[in-house]
Amino acid sequence: MGEITLGQYYPTNSILHRLDPRVKFLGTLVYIVALFLVRGPVGYAVCAAALISMIVLSKVPFRYVLKSLKPVVLIMAVTMLFNLLLTPGEVLWRFWIFKITEEGIRMAAKMGIRLVFLVSGSSIMTLTTTPNALTDAMERLFGFLKIIHVPVHEIAMMMSIALRFIPILTEETDKIKKAQIARGADFETGGFVKRMRAMIPLLVPLFVSAFRRANDLAMAMEARCYHGGAGRTQMKPLRYRKADYIAWAVVAAFLAVCICLSVTGW
Amino acid sequence: MLIEIQDLCYTYGEGTVYEVMALDHVNLKIGEGEFIGVIGHTGSGKSTLIQHLNGLIKPTSGRILFEGKDIWEEGYDRRSLRTHVGLVFQYPENQLFETDVLTDVMFGPKNEGLTKEECEQRAKMALRQVGISEDLYKVSPFELSGGQKRRVAVAGVLAMDPEVLILDEPTAGLDPGGRNELLNQIKYLRDKRGITVILVSHSMEDMAVYANRLIVVHEGKIAYDDTPRNVFTHHRELEKMGLSAPQITYVMHDLKARGLEVDTRALTVNEAARSILMALSLRKSMKTAEAQEKQD
Ligand SMILES: Nc1ncnc2c1ncn2[C@@H]1O[C@H](COP(=O)(O)OP(=O)(O)OP(=O)(O)O)[C@@H](O)[C@H]1O
Ligand SMILES: [Mg+2]
Repeated sequence: MGEITLGQYYPTNSILHRLDPRVKFLGTLVYIVALFLVRGPVGYAVCAAALISMIVLSKVPFRYVLKSLKPVVLIMAVTMLFNLLLTPGEVLWRFWIFKITEEGIRMAAKMGIRLVFLVSGSSIMTLTTTPNALTDAMERLFGFLKIIHVPVHEIAMMMSIALRFIPILTEETDKIKKAQIARGADFETGGFVKRMRAMIPLLVPLFVSAFRRANDLAMAMEARCYHGGAGRTQMKPLRYRKADYIAWAVVAAFLAVCICLSVTGW
Repeated sequence: MLIEIQDLCYTYGEGTVYEVMALDHVNLKIGEGEFIGVIGHTGSGKSTLIQHLNGLIKPTSGRILFEGKDIWEEGYDRRSLRTHVGLVFQYPENQLFETDVLTDVMFGPKNEGLTKEECEQRAKMALRQVGISEDLYKVSPFELSGGQKRRVAVAGVLAMDPEVLILDEPTAGLDPGGRNELLNQIKYLRDKRGITVILVSHSMEDMAVYANRLIVVHEGKIAYDDTPRNVFTHHRELEKMGLSAPQITYVMHDLKARGLEVDTRALTVNEAARSILMALSLRKSMKTAEAQEKQD
């Protein structure tokens, strides 16, 4: 199970899930750029339509998309508040040192819509793409940096290993914590110093096991003659298929429409 | 009843995509002084079940009673429950953290609030019980071999002097000598001090020798709950669950199929040997009697 419990990935079989991760990654970037290009109501409507059709195509239940908004609610509220209060313009309302302007309301609404669209749009990518597929895509997309001696493959490898280790270590933490609680350890009560001290029985075994695992992994990789990027082939290389070309076309069309809308200001 | 499990259900990752129903309406009563074996296929829910017994996992539904009290009731002292119900985890060597063996074993008693002398006394006794010699007391637990680590970890729970001792596959990875030593010590504690033991194991032979009640867990449900002798009569059904009866059960069934009148319910090699010898001598005397008759 390990791998799948990481991040937000929602396992199902949809067109978006099967799409090449490179398309999804760059497509998401295009979508984000478009969000900041458009200015008028038509532009926002086009972005909304794009977002809704992506959610429908992904077959991910809507509540999972909503859940991804939860961590950014606070940032969103603060941004909207600042926009609301600090935009100069025609004053509608005055309260102590605060004043609310018509432009402020419009700005705050725009910001709110943009952030909601941005976060749910990028969560569609993470919901339909495994972290490993994403790293793979990045390795390919940034492959050109190898020319200037950026160790792209090594960085990607480190990323996938780190990603792979997160669920393992969470599981391990949970297990060790339970084992120590069974021996009467108390992680919940007491002051700051006592709580910090109570962490020792958890952290020491965790570090020991993390180092042991890292060692074992290094040994296993060496035993299979792993030697980094040069000349290395992949078992499942990313390859564009028909659906991916169609997706590229859709992304390009979307970007063109948004640029036009941005220029006209609709 | 010492421990009572009522209609226990547990689901991992409830409300997410990765829901796993690990326990499904389990009912169980555990009496004082029992030696209970728990067997089941990998992933059947054994570890999940035993972690409920000292309140490490909160049931999704159902109740756990210890000495008649619901352990998830408001205000129940689960920390003190854990000194009564000791749990040795699967691969417990991962929990060692102190600078030396003795101090590590003293961690449990110290959490109970005992004095330093008492802790030390308890720790030394526990280490003796698991067969760790005194020259290892001051060694770092990380420098021990796998089997030694395992013993130290078991001692860490024994030192808390629990009334119920639960062990999750304590013998996995131990050599045969060490395995018997550990299990004999646990049996000794139970016979001498009357503690209740719950042992999770994949070894049917061990279960046959040590347990006086055997619980078979299958896909989160209790499939059998009886004496080992009675459970092993269902060896066909056990095989369907990915388990098996002890080797000796198969030998006895084979012998019987070939016409030797042996007791197929024999549990241990000794019992089986006795039964085979008896059957053989019976056959021999019958043959001589037949021969005698012919001659006459
Ligand atoms: N932390 C966890 N998160 C999610 N699912 C889990 C977790 N721990 C166990 N499970 C699942 O619950 C089920 C029961 O697991 P459990 O560990 O109780 O099995 P077990 O009988 O102890 O197996 P084993 O003999 O391998 O130790 C399995 O399907 C397992 O995948
Ligand atoms: Mg287990």
